[in-house]
Amino acid sequence: MNTQIMEMDTADKIAAIPIEEIDVARPSLFQNDTIGLFFDRLRKEDPVHYCRDSYVGPYWSITKFDDIMAVDTNHKVFSSEAKLGGIAIQDMHSVEGALDLEMFIAMDPPKHDQQRKAVTPSVAPSNLQLLEPIIRQRAAKILDDLPVGEEIDWVDKVSIELTTMTLATLFDFPWEERRKLTRWSDITTAAPETGIVESYEARREELIECAMYFKGLWEQRINEEPKNDLISIMAHSPATRDMPFLEFLGNLLLLIVGGNDTTRNSISGGVLALNENPDQYRRLSDDPSLIGSMVPEIIRWQTPLTHMRRTALQDWEIGGKQIKKGDKVVMWYLSGNRDGSVIDRADEFIIDRKNPRHHLSFGYGIHRCMGNRLAELQLRIIWEEIHKRFSRVEVTGEPERLYSNLVRGITNLPVRLHAR
Amino acid sequence: MVKVTFVASGGERREVEIDKGETAREAALFNDVPGIDGDCGGVCACATCHVHVDPEWIDKVGRLQEDGMEAELLQFAEGTTEYSRLACQIPMKPMLDGLVLHVPEQQY
Ligand code: HEM
Ligand code: FES
Repeated sequence: MNTQIMEMDTADKIAAIPIEEIDVARPSLFQNDTIGLFFDRLRKEDPVHYCRDSYVGPYWSITKFDDIMAVDTNHKVFSSEAKLGGIAIQDMHSVEGALDLEMFIAMDPPKHDQQRKAVTPSVAPSNLQLLEPIIRQRAAKILDDLPVGEEIDWVDKVSIELTTMTLATLFDFPWEERRKLTRWSDITTAAPETGIVESYEARREELIECAMYFKGLWEQRINEEPKNDLISIMAHSPATRDMPFLEFLGNLLLLIVGGNDTTRNSISGGVLALNENPDQYRRLSDDPSLIGSMVPEIIRWQTPLTHMRRTALQDWEIGGKQIKKGDKVVMWYLSGNRDGSVIDRADEFIIDRKNPRHHLSFGYGIHRCMGNRLAELQLRIIWEEIHKRFSRVEVTGEPERLYSNLVRGITNLPVRLHAR
Repeated sequence: MVKVTFVASGGERREVEIDKGETAREAALFNDVPGIDGDCGGVCACATCHVHVDPEWIDKVGRLQEDGMEAELLQFAEGTTEYSRLACQIPMKPMLDGLVLHVPEQQY
């Protein structure tokens, strides 16, 4: 059955699959970008859908906006706990010798609440605004150095570079070594199957190197006057300064991982969306004040994390379906963000929506993204600086997409820049 | 209609009107009061409608219930006080006509 579906890429063929056979966990559907057609069917025909058999085992798909909201805000029934499988459709597995870092994104209250409370002030907008001028200046430099008129890969030359630069700025990380941050972020979430690391042993060694490096930075900052970077804030704040080192490291890496792929793909996704919707691009060019509402629309449109997963702690009913204790429940944000019963003209990219932040990309409830305004801040600065320099970032070829059912990623995006 | 006054962190006051039965979140959003975003649509899931109830009004509005989603979300918000509430959880009953709410400096 599976191989047969694999080759199906047209709407007709997708429409013909028996509903009970639909399995939206397959990464290929995201890579070839047919996933939206599957979600359209589920929202219409079977919005709370049980898939009996898949490479990640049996799981429930929640596909409508309001049902997703109901699961996301019910953490007493729907757990994020790593030991139960965690927050992604693929179980987080404990592998011997893998050096498991504990992160509050995969914890339930009360531990989640204590840790999040301690770390939250470090990303408070009042702190971040102080970093804005440096981020802007460095973004300007990256954009100024790009060749105009030549074909370049936007992902490598701009999205990754800008994201790494902002991370380095946020942590006041040694500038010349900034790509270390990107590497550590990649390996934190990597399993050997991904090709990013060779083995769990190798990953462990790299993470220990990372730990030592941050220990050095921590010791340096704690002996200096408090500054605005996140490490200094955590080293000096009463809530975090006495944290056991491994806990500090887990939290620090969570901030790095949380803002890495997600921001990168929002930068790429924005360029793609504007090119696919030239009328919207024209409106932006005429009125750059629309950047403020365009940024959350880009985040909705891209939905950088396609889903978050929970594990049911008791039997529960959603949309007339009986979820059993222990079941895996997947909230497909990518589907909810296209739910026309809640979002007006959900299939259209519209840069001046009235309530642009009414989307699911950051989740809701107690785990709602802690970096959501930081992510918006970065994207706003970047788009303001792009607008000043380029009349158009023209996509000149087909984008390549990531083979992943979790990160909605663009791996290659050829563009040509037109000077203003 | 009932009246609500929003006081910005800089001290500017804005008096707006809202149908009774709506919440203080709608009072702010329908009238474009800055600083209240209300991302989740008013279902107590995001804490971007955080307000400080004026001390004179806190007994009529009611204090934050200790357990429940509203308190859980507010524990992560910036600048909370004993007068903190989420505007979407304040239904505008006639007895709240004239309510004064302070918008915190940061709303995230
Ligand atoms: C467009 C960019 C981003 C998107 C789409 C995004 C998405 C998300 C989502 C969906 C969650 C919810 C997890 C859950 O419910 O289980 C989350 C949590 C989180 N995000 Fe983000 N994120 C982004 C940027 C950032 C940035 C820049 C940071 C850095 C500060 C960050 C830090 C976090 C943290 C620490 C959590 C855990 C919150 C908790 O469990 O209480 N994110 N993010
Ligand atoms: S509008 Fe989201 S909590 Fe009030």
